[in-house]
Amino acid sequence: MFANWPLLSLLIWLPILGAIPVLLAGDKRPDTARLLALIVAVLTFAVSLCMLPGFDSSSAAMQLQENHSWIETLNVRYHLGVDGISVALVLLTTFTSVLVIILGWGSIDERVSQYMAAMLVLEGLMVGVFCAMDALLFYVFFEGMLIPMFILIGIWGGARRVYATLKFFIYTFFGSIFMLIGLIYLYFKTGSFELATLAQVGLSGKEQAWLFFAFLIAFAVKVPMWPVHTWLPDAHVEAPTGGSVVLAAIMLKIGGYGFIRFSLPIVPDASMEYAWVVIAMSLVAVVYVGYVALVQEDMKKLIAYSSIAHMGFVTLGIFVSLSLARGGNATGAAIGIQGAMVQMISHGFISGAMFSCVGVLYDRLHTRMIRDYGGVVNTMPRFATLFVLFAMANCGLPGTSGFVGEFWVILAAFQSNPLVGALAAFTLIIGAAYTLWLVKRVIFGEVANDKVAGLSDMNARETFVLVTFAIAVLLFGLWPQPLGNLMDAPIAELVKHIVISKGA
Amino acid sequence: MITPKLILLVTALLPLFGAIVAGLFGKRVGRAGAHTVTIAGVLGSFLLSCYALYQLATGGWGVFNENLYTWFEVGNLSAHVGFLVDRLTAVMMVVVTSVSLLVHVYTIGYMRDDPGYQRFFSYISLFTFSMLMLVMSNNFMQLFFGWEAVGLVSYLLIGFWFKRPSAIFANMKAFLVNRVGDFGFLLGIAAVLFWFGSLDYATVFRSADATLAGKTLEIFAGHPWQAATVIGVLLFIGAMGKSAQVPLHVWLPDSMEGPTPISALIHAATMVTAGIFMVARMSPLYELSETALSFVMIIGATTALFTGLIGIVQNDIKRVVAYSTLSQLGYMTVALGVSAYSAAIFHLMTHAFFKALLFLGAGSVIIAMHHEQDMRHMGGLKKYMPITFITGWIGTLALTGFPGFSGFFSKDAIIEAVHESHRFGSGYAYFCVLTGVFVTALYSFRLIYLTYHGKERFVVEHAPQAHAAHHDAHADKHGHDDHAYAGHGKNEHAHDDHGHHAPGHLEHAPHESPWVVTLPLILLAIPSVIIGWLTIGPMLFGDFFAGAIVVKEGGPLAELAHHWHGPWAMLLHGLMAPPFWLALAGFAVATYVYMFNQSIADRAAKMFAPLYRLLQNKYGIDDLYFAVFARGGLKLGRGLWRGGDVAVIDDGLVNGSAALVGRIAASVRRVQSGFLYHYAFAMILGLIVLLGGLWMAAR
Repeated sequence: MFANWPLLSLLIWLPILGAIPVLLAGDKRPDTARLLALIVAVLTFAVSLCMLPGFDSSSAAMQLQENHSWIETLNVRYHLGVDGISVALVLLTTFTSVLVIILGWGSIDERVSQYMAAMLVLEGLMVGVFCAMDALLFYVFFEGMLIPMFILIGIWGGARRVYATLKFFIYTFFGSIFMLIGLIYLYFKTGSFELATLAQVGLSGKEQAWLFFAFLIAFAVKVPMWPVHTWLPDAHVEAPTGGSVVLAAIMLKIGGYGFIRFSLPIVPDASMEYAWVVIAMSLVAVVYVGYVALVQEDMKKLIAYSSIAHMGFVTLGIFVSLSLARGGNATGAAIGIQGAMVQMISHGFISGAMFSCVGVLYDRLHTRMIRDYGGVVNTMPRFATLFVLFAMANCGLPGTSGFVGEFWVILAAFQSNPLVGALAAFTLIIGAAYTLWLVKRVIFGEVANDKVAGLSDMNARETFVLVTFAIAVLLFGLWPQPLGNLMDAPIAELVKHIVISKGA
Repeated sequence: MITPKLILLVTALLPLFGAIVAGLFGKRVGRAGAHTVTIAGVLGSFLLSCYALYQLATGGWGVFNENLYTWFEVGNLSAHVGFLVDRLTAVMMVVVTSVSLLVHVYTIGYMRDDPGYQRFFSYISLFTFSMLMLVMSNNFMQLFFGWEAVGLVSYLLIGFWFKRPSAIFANMKAFLVNRVGDFGFLLGIAAVLFWFGSLDYATVFRSADATLAGKTLEIFAGHPWQAATVIGVLLFIGAMGKSAQVPLHVWLPDSMEGPTPISALIHAATMVTAGIFMVARMSPLYELSETALSFVMIIGATTALFTGLIGIVQNDIKRVVAYSTLSQLGYMTVALGVSAYSAAIFHLMTHAFFKALLFLGAGSVIIAMHHEQDMRHMGGLKKYMPITFITGWIGTLALTGFPGFSGFFSKDAIIEAVHESHRFGSGYAYFCVLTGVFVTALYSFRLIYLTYHGKERFVVEHAPQAHAAHHDAHADKHGHDDHAYAGHGKNEHAHDDHGHHAPGHLEHAPHESPWVVTLPLILLAIPSVIIGWLTIGPMLFGDFFAGAIVVKEGGPLAELAHHWHGPWAMLLHGLMAPPFWLALAGFAVATYVYMFNQSIADRAAKMFAPLYRLLQNKYGIDDLYFAVFARGGLKLGRGLWRGGDVAVIDDGLVNGSAALVGRIAASVRRVQSGFLYHYAFAMILGLIVLLGGLWMAAR
């Protein structure tokens, strides 16, 4: 019944235009702004669910397409469409956005309407990124996203917010410039920004290499991969809770998505040739960043580093698939990419939940330092239960969604090279070490001080958010098949595509 | 329609249901509600497990192997959740649920006053579910799920008293050490997928021989490894973590920080035997690699002897039993290493009963002693608590292998099997397991004498109201005691609960524990005596495990079966074999020293001071790990962070290039000085250059 609706446009523009009345509600009426924002977010989520009934998950084709001319002279098109991969990420976006709005309900007191409006605009732009089938349209959304996030950190952030927000902005902007140059080159070559066209165009080895590194810089910053990751801990530390959640849960995924949509299909040979670079960077992320996470004293920084380590599995899974696919092991390659995708979705839930947990604590004691806590379980038992659950998911415990992606990626990596698999599997130890040590110091033990003694357990709003995350984490841990099913066809198609060389 | 599938599903889910009710609705159902629903669940699970075993043993059911649901499908690989239940699984199910049931009942008494009562029941039921999922799995993915799930519950239960620093240190240590094992285990699973393209047991085992033949893996160039060896060793590393084999054994003694019922259930009878079960389950793979089996045997033998030695110098009653558990797990592992898988499972079963009995008995003593665990403050308890005393003797006789008791059959079978083996390292293994028998008897009877016999080494304070004053008065007098405590390191004393008293001081005289505690002791004592006698025929010498456990032609057990046929022959042979005499020697030494002449022990400790210290320090392994991995890891992390992230990347590259841009901008800015004549000069200069250039070009 929804097949003929412009669902994707609705998903993009509903939150962006919905931000206007929220803004109009003004700072004098914060409750109106909150309520309006929630209504918009829930509506958007409802619309995103409408994608599912008519969606053919057995097909790798782009569905729900909308194709209009946009900038006639440059042949830029407003072309939207989704396959299983996009649907999964769009749902993650709309789902998380609802929770973020609820989360900001109580913890944001200043300029509420502007905060809520920025969040909604951000949501629309992120959906746009996952739906764009035109490279320039993608680029516009990709860059546009920076603005609301820049504002979110810059206004509602912590003490060093100016440094953090500038670092964040310049880092990512620096990265994406290279992608823009690459896209312009491709435009001159093909006369089009259509992703489907770009995926088919023949490119020489040299051209592919240049383009590969242009894309790599853009997406590596976004993921972020070592060594261009240092903006993330700063951004997280200064961002308000909601900003951190969006950043970790959704925005980082755009980097991984970019590799899947741009690098692999457009420059498969260079991806294959330089896969080792990305694999090496990913392994550094898992091992090196794991050790760095271990010694962090700020909870948010610790979780930020943990995010980098977990996103290492995404890039690892994507790039081990190349040698597997070309070695004739299509299943192995599909395992790698599936693992990467599942890891992205799962990391969305887990990191979102972890940052929400820190937010819950921060709202009470206004400190993120681990040493200021201890024995929280004594005063907040319900919170502690959920925190331990998310910590276990962060360790990749089977039965939680955190396990699924890591499991597949490690299995795929082992097939490409047992040593790579072994280094990746090191996360079992180091990931557990930094997470459980955090739990030990914050949650367990005697009540550490008077402030902790005075903590009150979660209120209904916080409980709702964390329990919703918990359900998602457990559901996709115990039964990830629906997720796999959704993405299976496009991934199989992608594996077929990357096997074919684009010529010298 | 009651199908085997439904029965097995209910068997697994009943404890989960109990755990959810007690865990999420603990307040609403109350204490009685929590223990009723969990005990009912585990009882149901136990009865159904017995039924399944009966059906499988009598041929009523064939081997059950079905998938329940598809977990994940990708390409032509599909991972399922499903059950494989054959006789091996069924034996494990009965062992797990029976011990779990008794521990549930025991807990009513042991945790009576604990504020976390419902939570505790929820955890142990959740454990039972996880353990059932582990043993009932029909594929590697679910095996890993159960493997980690029992690890999680173990973590939660060791840290059950989360206010205690030692407990939350121990549970983290346990989890992390286990993760080191899991690291290998997961890679083992990855290797299985790599060569077989499947995670299903049936597919893998069916084609093991054909698939792995001639396959090698070159991890380092020039050193090809046999595929079967790679898989075998990697999977066994997982078992080394879970079953606490040297050098990953360090977490088990510390796990005694948890309440005693879980020490019995998880850290003696069931979870720690998961590794043993796993290797037995994988026998079709292990039989393909002599190297892997030798590795298993040598690790097991080392564990069996060297952890047993530490048991001799422990003073904490639970720690003695813990080291004994390590040692016995070593015996099981040795049996695996010589291809005597059935003997390992047989010992696993008998050990589950007598070790659970010993732990629960220790718990009963601890209740009586008001949570005093140091045996130096016990003695003479036999007259206060006869049931605990008698069952304690029964358990000890079973453990030390007194002829006719269950442990005799299972341990002797292992020793004889090692004797028959010609595998690389079997000489060393035989030495270890034989010496281990003497050691076992020594520490076991030492425990019995120090606890139940001899003089009372505790003071009963009859006037509790004068307690505070008393406390102060005695503080000086017992200064040396406190000193002795400090000497043993921080984690040495796993006091089961908040001890408010000076060591060795009791508010009132010890007395026998309530029936919910003693009944499980009695019920465990019965199988500790007879189960070996009853089941050795089919399990060891018969073909009870045919199909589940695969042994190549000429395994050592076939040889033994050839000699003995049944328990009688084995009993007669046992009386003449070295293990019996070694055990007797251990008994005699313990009796002489700890009953009649205790000064010998002190003198021996002085005479062999370096050895004594080595054992006290647990060979220094814990300290070494702490220094290298914990402190070293932190140091490395700090170095990478400050040196890599902050210094090089941020200060150097990121802020450095920002500063560079700033400097360039500053020097360029100087050009914009705002003085008109500067601009005019620049314009003229530019014009000259331009014109000059044009002129040059035109020429």
